[in-house]
Amino acid sequence: MSEIEKGQVMTANRLRDGEVVFLTRAGVWAMAIDEAVLAQEPQAVAALEARAKEDEKATLVTGSYLFDAERVNGKIRASHIRERIRAQGPTVRLDLGKQAEGTAGSFAAVEG
Amino acid sequence: MQLLRNNAFVADAWATLADDAPLAEGARAIVSFARLQKEWDTLAKHTGLLGVAVPNTLRAEELAPYVSRLALIVLAFPSFTDGRSYSLARQLRLDGYRGELRATGNLLPDQLQFMLQVGIDTFEVSERFPLEMWQKAARQMALTYQRGFTHAADEREVWSQRHQGFAAWEEQPHAG
Amino acid sequence: MYRYDEFDLSFVKQRTEQFRDQAERRLKGELTEDEFRPLRLMNGLYLQLHAYMLRIAIPYGTLSSKQMRRLAYIADKWDRGYGHFTTRQNIQYNWIKLEDTADILDALAEVEMHGIQTSGNCIRNVTTDHWAGAAADEIADPRPVGELLRQWSSLHPEFSFLPRKFKIAVTGAPNDRAAVKVHDIGLRLHKNDKGEIGWEVLVGGGQGRTPMIAVMVRDFLPEKELVPYLEAIMRVYNLYGRRDNKYKARIKILVHELGAEKFRSEVEAEYARHPAQTTEVDQKELARIAEYFALPQLEKLSRFAPHFEQSKLDNKEFARWARNNLAAHSTQGYTIVNISLKPEGGIPGDATGEQMRVMADLAERYSQDELRVSHAQNIVLPHVKLEDAFTIWQELRKHDLAAANYGLAGDIIACPGLDYCALATARSIPISQAISRKFADLDKQEKIGPLKINISGCINACGHHHVGHIGILGLDKKGEEFYQITLGGSSGDSASIGTILGPGFAGEEVPDAIEKILDTYVKLRQPGEEFLAAYRRLGPAPFKEALYAAA
Ligand code: SF4
Repeated sequence: MSEIEKGQVMTANRLRDGEVVFLTRAGVWAMAIDEAVLAQEPQAVAALEARAKEDEKATLVTGSYLFDAERVNGKIRASHIRERIRAQGPTVRLDLGKQAEGTAGSFAAVEG
Repeated sequence: MQLLRNNAFVADAWATLADDAPLAEGARAIVSFARLQKEWDTLAKHTGLLGVAVPNTLRAEELAPYVSRLALIVLAFPSFTDGRSYSLARQLRLDGYRGELRATGNLLPDQLQFMLQVGIDTFEVSERFPLEMWQKAARQMALTYQRGFTHAADEREVWSQRHQGFAAWEEQPHAG
Repeated sequence: MYRYDEFDLSFVKQRTEQFRDQAERRLKGELTEDEFRPLRLMNGLYLQLHAYMLRIAIPYGTLSSKQMRRLAYIADKWDRGYGHFTTRQNIQYNWIKLEDTADILDALAEVEMHGIQTSGNCIRNVTTDHWAGAAADEIADPRPVGELLRQWSSLHPEFSFLPRKFKIAVTGAPNDRAAVKVHDIGLRLHKNDKGEIGWEVLVGGGQGRTPMIAVMVRDFLPEKELVPYLEAIMRVYNLYGRRDNKYKARIKILVHELGAEKFRSEVEAEYARHPAQTTEVDQKELARIAEYFALPQLEKLSRFAPHFEQSKLDNKEFARWARNNLAAHSTQGYTIVNISLKPEGGIPGDATGEQMRVMADLAERYSQDELRVSHAQNIVLPHVKLEDAFTIWQELRKHDLAAANYGLAGDIIACPGLDYCALATARSIPISQAISRKFADLDKQEKIGPLKINISGCINACGHHHVGHIGILGLDKKGEEFYQITLGGSSGDSASIGTILGPGFAGEEVPDAIEKILDTYVKLRQPGEEFLAAYRRLGPAPFKEALYAAA
């Protein structure tokens, strides 16, 4: 039986190079979605938002936002295909993006 | 707020008047366009200089009856990307208005050049940017392809320069 | 081809310097993202799904070999070895770093290129007929006016913060290949009995959420009045275009809400009120520019090209490519080579750095050093001797550039869609790939005949689906991608917006649906009748029947 928890993940692009990043429990930005913290309580969500705002001000990241996701067996799966593509790279160029750089998530953009 | 004119911060000789505030004799006063319309009969007889603040939705035609009496027109730039007042300024200059045009809003140095080029003279700017940034911005793009938009001696119109002899844009639309 | 003089060069250099400064201020935190965004957009830099994306202007689609090589260099040095040619005759790179951008712009300036106004609410890159200056049916080359308008619209002090983006297209041929009726302003060249040139001015066409065909505001504007008249149109739009709702902000909505008559009278009133002081300089400038576009010195060749004819007899594959990918040139013995960037199962419009260099070399050797980018995301070699066609084809073949599907079912237009684009609602490239594989058989494609399949990954319609003979629009239905099919669109002379056929399809169902549509067409067409004509005669009914009738 796999355990599924629902929540939200904070993402952004790194300001200087545009790389897609996710906010971790330690409050740093990681390349891989699996390292992201999944916020489930309103308080946790607010903490992510505050941190993201601060880091935008500090010119670390830009364009931060939350997206819906779930944790399945300890790995994070974005609910929407758009976020899964962002966490992997283009589905038509498997040689590019996170999927080619060892920072991909555990769930493919398109299942099946 | 500070007033920028000719690459320097200068004192503002004008006062903006609330719609219900009395107009002192001989004062330099900026009134709203609504008040200008409503109290024109009295305002026309004002002994001081008269200025008006206009919304950027105003049509130049609506301002036309008053223009010859106005020493200052304050143009609104409510956001960086709302460009209506560039056209309003241009229309006023093309119509021959020679008084002061002033820009208000959250102005960025990066739009200063365009504003100068459409004929705006003074700028109400926040303290956020030091004078050097405004000075640098005013120098940054000294070439225009469009004709009739140069405003400073060191600026050049590309097309006129290329075809010497046609260098003079017959009538400079900007006031001094 | 146009060449920069000292003014153009210093203009672009000043602009790059300014951007370098802005990027530094952003990185230091002196500019907020909200302030920086419009600044970077006006230099072509977007933030996309995976990284920054840089769009570079290819004015009216014309490139020299040297410029194409520079594009290859940028792909290899600062991107991931490829670039994407867009439906607006530009190129974009998908993996750009903000901190590299000013260097890239410097590298572009060295070859007289830039990213100015490839995005933002300003006048965008002027587009035109990709066969301009070479096509047999042309009245005059529209590119001098394209260049004039490029200069005039560059950092226009009055029109850099419009309600929305603004696209101008120009054509000089009676067969409209520039889609002038679906642009904010479309300009169409005419010659009167006295041999004078004038421009038909069309305003308010567009695609996107509310597709519209442009209305004509002048049928024959004397050429010398072009710039002041366009300023009047732009001023009316800048002042009165809607700014309360971004989906209603394009000029087409203003034209529509005012009505064509009222809009025209606003423009004419503005034009009359501020008459041009003089247009002599405009005319001199246009004449100066036009010299750069004189047809290159082509050789006097005989009509018969024996080597070309023999190669076609000897090599069926070459014969097919020659049949589909060559177009009539205005000069005897010459041809226009259309290089399809749509290999079977490929990504429409993508080319690797290596492929760009190959095309640049071919252009240098065989096509007067000139290339074109077409809005169908293909590359054109405009001035090729028929006798060189076989050699070119052999070289193209070595680099996966010899797809013989130009103008056929496999020559699909597709925007980047959800694989790259932050605004997308669905992917478009995989749909294009699947259709391309389904119709891999070129005999089948030729039997179907001329066909435009256009795919967009969202309602913004960068893939021009509204004007595809078959249009496909990717949407999001409760988190799933699904696709709406339209039929009967066209961007040509008799421009029309496609009609939605019925309920949408899941991605994997699309190729079969397209096949059913095309089978129906082949069954019902009259001899020689192309798809679009047949659809216009038959209407949607038989196609609906084929798609939706219970199995
Ligand atoms: S049509 Fe939509 S998905 Fe496609 S490129 Fe344009 S904005 Fe992106």
